[in-house]
Amino acid sequence: MNSIMFKFPNIFEEIMKVISSGIGELIQPPDMNAFREWNRTQKPKALIDKRMSEKEAVSMYLQDGQYIGVELYGTVRAPMSLVREIIRQGYKNLNCAGQGVYESDLLAAANTVKKLDWTYIGFEVYGLSNSVRRAVEGGYVKKVVEWSNAALSWRFKAAAMGVPFIPTRVMLGTDTYKYSAAKVVECPFTGEKLCLLPALILDVGFIHVHRADKYGNCQIDGISGFAAEMARASKRLIISTEEIVDEDVIRSQPDRTIIPYYLVDAVVEAPFGSHPGEMTGLYERDEKHIKSYANDTKNIEQTNKYLNEWIYNIKDHDEYLKKVGDERLQKLRIGGQKS
Amino acid sequence: MNDVKYNPNELLISIASRLMEDNATCFIGTGIPMLAASLAQKMHAPNLISIFEFGGIGAQLEKLPLAVGDMRTFNKGLVAAGICDIMEAGQCGFVEYGFLGGAQIDMYGNLNSTIIGDDHDKPKVRLPGSGGGNDVGSTCWKTIIIMQHGKRRFMPKIDFITTPGYLSGPGAREEAGLPPNTGPYRVVTDLCTLGFDETSKRMKLLALNPGITINDVVENTGFELIIPEDIKKNDVPSSEELRILREEVDQDKYYI
Repeated sequence: MNSIMFKFPNIFEEIMKVISSGIGELIQPPDMNAFREWNRTQKPKALIDKRMSEKEAVSMYLQDGQYIGVELYGTVRAPMSLVREIIRQGYKNLNCAGQGVYESDLLAAANTVKKLDWTYIGFEVYGLSNSVRRAVEGGYVKKVVEWSNAALSWRFKAAAMGVPFIPTRVMLGTDTYKYSAAKVVECPFTGEKLCLLPALILDVGFIHVHRADKYGNCQIDGISGFAAEMARASKRLIISTEEIVDEDVIRSQPDRTIIPYYLVDAVVEAPFGSHPGEMTGLYERDEKHIKSYANDTKNIEQTNKYLNEWIYNIKDHDEYLKKVGDERLQKLRIGGQKS
Repeated sequence: MNDVKYNPNELLISIASRLMEDNATCFIGTGIPMLAASLAQKMHAPNLISIFEFGGIGAQLEKLPLAVGDMRTFNKGLVAAGICDIMEAGQCGFVEYGFLGGAQIDMYGNLNSTIIGDDHDKPKVRLPGSGGGNDVGSTCWKTIIIMQHGKRRFMPKIDFITTPGYLSGPGAREEAGLPPNTGPYRVVTDLCTLGFDETSKRMKLLALNPGITINDVVENTGFELIIPEDIKKNDVPSSEELRILREEVDQDKYYI
């Protein structure tokens, strides 16, 4: 029977009625008790040094076939050095929460993604995401499940709360709902229709921050996107940070800590880690690079050339920054010399 | 005034910006809404409260944001929060206007920004998807849609309902569970401004852009529009609007 039973013995019986279900695949079904157990046994509560290279972090914690998420998005505070490392290591069957711009296009260009929980993938001012279009229209991406931005963020929020779903008032009545894995129920308190979103627990989450200590206590300047929620919804969480700061810096302003250390598995230092995207207060987006990439993706050979030039033929983030060049990076710095 | 030269985007931006009220909360999406909001702040609505989905509230839009999460979306802003705070403010009824775009629209203001084609799993064209569109269209009190006019965009049946307008007509939003008294309010195009009939919830013509006839609008609309007796005329962009747009709002010429 398509309903959830709540039993109140000897008094009365109430049923929360499921009115309909989206036809999209629930790619990552939530198991909150397993999540609790994981968090108890697999996440150290001691303050331990989690610093490592992006190569070590990705190879240690990411396995092919797993479900990943990347915050915020490709041109804004995104962990681009980690995304490039994922591609460099040649993963081919990842499932992904698709809220993205440049980073999602790169992952699709490298044929990394098999299934997508999709809300927005595009290039904003530069239009559609060509590599994602090719991957979806050409059938390389096997499954696309639709959601809205609020829905994906609230799915993380549900996981962060430790509950298997969250009731909301979005997606109702639309095809976005029909092709999602949400359910519409009758509210047991008010009788209204609500859209229930299943919690989304990531196998591995990737977040770039302004500063973190070696234990993984993280601070972000400016808008926080969905970092707080996604961090709490990740079984493994790899942080890249503009700088690793002394524990005292964190302790002097603990109210600024948006991601506590116990959520974090690896801390990777990556100055200009969001390049060619921006980082609030530190550097502007590299418009020339982004525009040129968006243009390259119109053609598959040019896209592959870009991947070779900027990812496969580059050893690590240090070498990447050398290729971009110090002069260019200094010009992107806020308050730096403008071109 | 009639000899002032302007392009179609400048007209669209000027007309959209005039709909933005001072002191109102406005959910702003990528592209033309950003330009319109920035123009409105510099013209008649200095205290327009811009709200961007990834957390920026109350920015002074001095430079054009290129992304809905970039640092210009909270430039000298009141709040730099996160997406949940923003979407929850919308769900709680704090956001008056939402500005949206789309690839296709129908007579009830339903929008498609997901796929072109009739098979979701094998689309002819994969578009960017809902993003915050569905959330804005579900929760803001009044949504304003900005689109280019044309028969391939104004369709009797759109390929995919990404964002809810009035769905299948009167009462359908409430029946689906969406908050009452919400829905599309205006559609601003390169040809005209449209609204929605109170009882039938169908799209109706409100005002024509300079040099455009009723017939031009009808010819470019793939469904039957309500054409009332009294149709207004939209003013051309003023020289002040054009000066601000060209010299301040989009000086890097991303859109105009």
